[in-house]
Amino acid sequence: MNHTPDAPALEADEEGFPTGDPANISRRRFLTSSAGVAAGAFVLGVGLPVGEARAARAAAAPMPAGTRVPAFLEIRPDNSIRFQSPFVEGGQGIFTAMAQIVGEELDADPSTFIVENAPAGNDYKVLSIGMRITGGSMSVRLSYPTMRRLGALARQMLLEAGARQLRVPVSELTTEPGRVVHAASKRSVTYGQLAGVAMDLPVPAPDSVKLKDPAQFRWIGKPVQRLDVHDKSTGKAVYAIDCRVDGMLHAAVQHAPRLGQTVGGIRNEAQVKAMKGVHSVHRLPGAVAVVAERWWDARRAAEALQVDWKAPAADSTARVMPADFSTKALAAQLERMPGPGENAENVGNTEAALKAAHKQVSATYHSQFVHHAQIEPPSALARFNADGTLEVWLPNQAPELFQGDIAKRTGLAPEKIIIHSPLLGGFFGRHFLYDGGTVYPQAIALAKAVGRPVKVIWSREEEFLRDPVRPMAVVRFRAGLDANGFPVALEAESVTEGPTEGIANKRGDKMDPTALEGIAGKAYAIPNHRIAQVYAKQHATLAYWRSVGNSMNDFIYESFLDELADAGGKDPFELRLHLLQGNARLTNLLRAVGELSGGWKRGPYIAADGTRRARGVAMASPFGTEVAAIAEVSIEQGQVRVHEIWEAIDPGSIVNPAIIEAQVNGAVALGLSQVLLEEAVYEKGMPLARNYDMYPILPLARMPRVHVRIIESGAKMGGIGEPPLPPVPPAVANAVAHLTGQRVRSMPLSRHVFKS
Amino acid sequence: MELHINGKSYEVHAEPDTPLLWVIRDELGLTGTKYGCGLAQCGACSVLIDGVVARACVLPVAGVVGRQITTIEGVEADPVGRRVVDAWVRHQVPQCGYCQSGQVMAATALLRETPHPSDEQISAAMVNLCRCGTYNAIRAAIHEVAGQAGKSSTALNEAAGAEDTGRAQA
Repeated sequence: MNHTPDAPALEADEEGFPTGDPANISRRRFLTSSAGVAAGAFVLGVGLPVGEARAARAAAAPMPAGTRVPAFLEIRPDNSIRFQSPFVEGGQGIFTAMAQIVGEELDADPSTFIVENAPAGNDYKVLSIGMRITGGSMSVRLSYPTMRRLGALARQMLLEAGARQLRVPVSELTTEPGRVVHAASKRSVTYGQLAGVAMDLPVPAPDSVKLKDPAQFRWIGKPVQRLDVHDKSTGKAVYAIDCRVDGMLHAAVQHAPRLGQTVGGIRNEAQVKAMKGVHSVHRLPGAVAVVAERWWDARRAAEALQVDWKAPAADSTARVMPADFSTKALAAQLERMPGPGENAENVGNTEAALKAAHKQVSATYHSQFVHHAQIEPPSALARFNADGTLEVWLPNQAPELFQGDIAKRTGLAPEKIIIHSPLLGGFFGRHFLYDGGTVYPQAIALAKAVGRPVKVIWSREEEFLRDPVRPMAVVRFRAGLDANGFPVALEAESVTEGPTEGIANKRGDKMDPTALEGIAGKAYAIPNHRIAQVYAKQHATLAYWRSVGNSMNDFIYESFLDELADAGGKDPFELRLHLLQGNARLTNLLRAVGELSGGWKRGPYIAADGTRRARGVAMASPFGTEVAAIAEVSIEQGQVRVHEIWEAIDPGSIVNPAIIEAQVNGAVALGLSQVLLEEAVYEKGMPLARNYDMYPILPLARMPRVHVRIIESGAKMGGIGEPPLPPVPPAVANAVAHLTGQRVRSMPLSRHVFKS
Repeated sequence: MELHINGKSYEVHAEPDTPLLWVIRDELGLTGTKYGCGLAQCGACSVLIDGVVARACVLPVAGVVGRQITTIEGVEADPVGRRVVDAWVRHQVPQCGYCQSGQVMAATALLRETPHPSDEQISAAMVNLCRCGTYNAIRAAIHEVAGQAGKSSTALNEAAGAEDTGRAQA
């Protein structure tokens, strides 16, 4: 997920036709009217950047991103440290990791940090690829030296200030956590006392500071407690949906059933306007909005709207949802599309090796649309200020990208647009710039129309209607085994549209790496292989979903690899070891997960509780990290029960093992949810599920025990949030196939009944 | 209408059939209780009504007049709730945190009713959804509050297993 292309504007104009009411309206019949009283005057305390004034004073010369110390750090008299994070916190623990990394070099306890998401600005584009995005598990691995250096620069400024205050040469000073120390005279002064002077000093040259020897690390590499846990356990954490400003109105929308449709007529506009609490009704691109003093009144009225929707123009260049679209028909269409497609990898002579092979194996796999289903529904709050600025509070993974998009939409200069990025109530890829999938254009349009701040919240039903989905793929495999049963040739043709291609709504100049990752780039030594994509547009809006292409492709590839093991009479664990000969890192990883599980055993066997169980194994190499997982399953009333997941993860080197363990647990849950339960089904251009009742996600009762082993191989640092997911679905599917003899080549497994 | 929330009385003006969730969030500004689904599916809006957990997103406000309502903002005033929050912090339960107000309320209600729940009772009671997958930490935190007494050996193993992390240098 390296970039998010520009969002094309919607346009549509053709004959109108009516549609039915939302399917869930009857469930709400007990809620029919309400009154309007202004919400309390409570101005949210999401502030402007602390160091802005100082940063502006220091802004005479351009400075590299991640070096202008006052733009990031405010040290208060009580020694607490307010830190502006370049990365948004959405549960992955990045605020704490940043406090550890900066605190390590600053010599300040991470627990004294108060972390907020920084505003939009070039100072915060600290990723080594020259941008700022919270995604792709990039935050730590691509900013680690920069953020360490930032802490070291701040420490140097405090030392300089300490030298002035204590009237000693800076060379005689050192630091202890939170204070500058002059050992010779046994004097010390706290950072809080020095900060006023220190932050006005010039920032030292970036290469003038020396970073710590990792052997001296006090906090990096330790299971430091996360900074936001108490607030999040007591309801104090503030998300976009909680933001309020004085004089704010609330809004709810009814979206067009299909993306691309536009508003024709509203049959009951007068009645809806007369509903209690309703302020006004507005026609927006692809939606009708109701503004009210309270959200519930707006929501109820928006549901009651009877809108005639018009079809998109035939020559529309925007992505539109056809009226006859269904996921079933799309899957059939993908199956029919012929190869050979465009090669991402073509090594050896696959065709010849297949012909010469002792045995050929072929299979076709499917992946499904899935929702992000983060529990916080999307919202946005917009306010036009008297000074000509526009403030927007919105869930987002890239403030500058959204600022740029808002500038384009409104004609305002980017510096007039103030982006607030509250905590994310889960994201999993949901909060990139997805055309038609974001709330803020509606909030801005409504705030402009009514002359007051407006907060728009999408109901869960409207969210599931507009949530962009993880792509669908049909992957055709052919493989050849030699006389000893080892694979010597493998061909994979994936008929799919990559998420990046979907977001751009066109093919790029180069292939979309997110389409094939997990099928391409494998470490297994198969001498002849061809990995190709057959581009197939999918109509539904597409998105990144936790671990992106790997989330589906590793299920597909690692399942097929087990089929090859069985066809060649090999144990799947031993076959992987064989194919990884000479690869010390992955051999060690695979052995580690085997050891963690008590020694590899495939089963089936009878467990202590009398259930018949088997195990499956799978590996993946996502986002610069290496992972391997073993799953233990049984069959309970025809459905898969996962008892244990063992997972070994090698991200090279680490910042916080407790956060890594939490991320592995979370990725296991999402991976299991996908393989066991999830599929977004479309019929007649609409998703069938509009809430969790029809789109079940993994509940606590189905969570297995999770055992984690972290391996620090010393390799280049990899990601943490996305990588633990991909091996989980295939490990489960492989265990199920071995236990039941039923090889299921699609997800979710809940669509099948299994015999144990 | 007068509501009793967290030991205080509030005069509210919403229509009687407005869900309690939107009265406490929008009218009273108590935003710790979350909207997730509006259909009593996810549990993000869980509150206690006379000590029993309820889904505020489908609860008409008129139906709770005269009852004692506890929201997440008041949970630490409850002795069990206080221990639940402490355990949540010790086990570092939340990730994104959005569902955790509801999780804490559901756990508090469970432990008030059943001080030593079995794993089966935890699975049956804790039906709140968490997309971040904090379920093992939730289970471990509940077991910790329940204390060691009265737990089956399976439960002890489960609690231990959820915490089982190895770490190796290579």
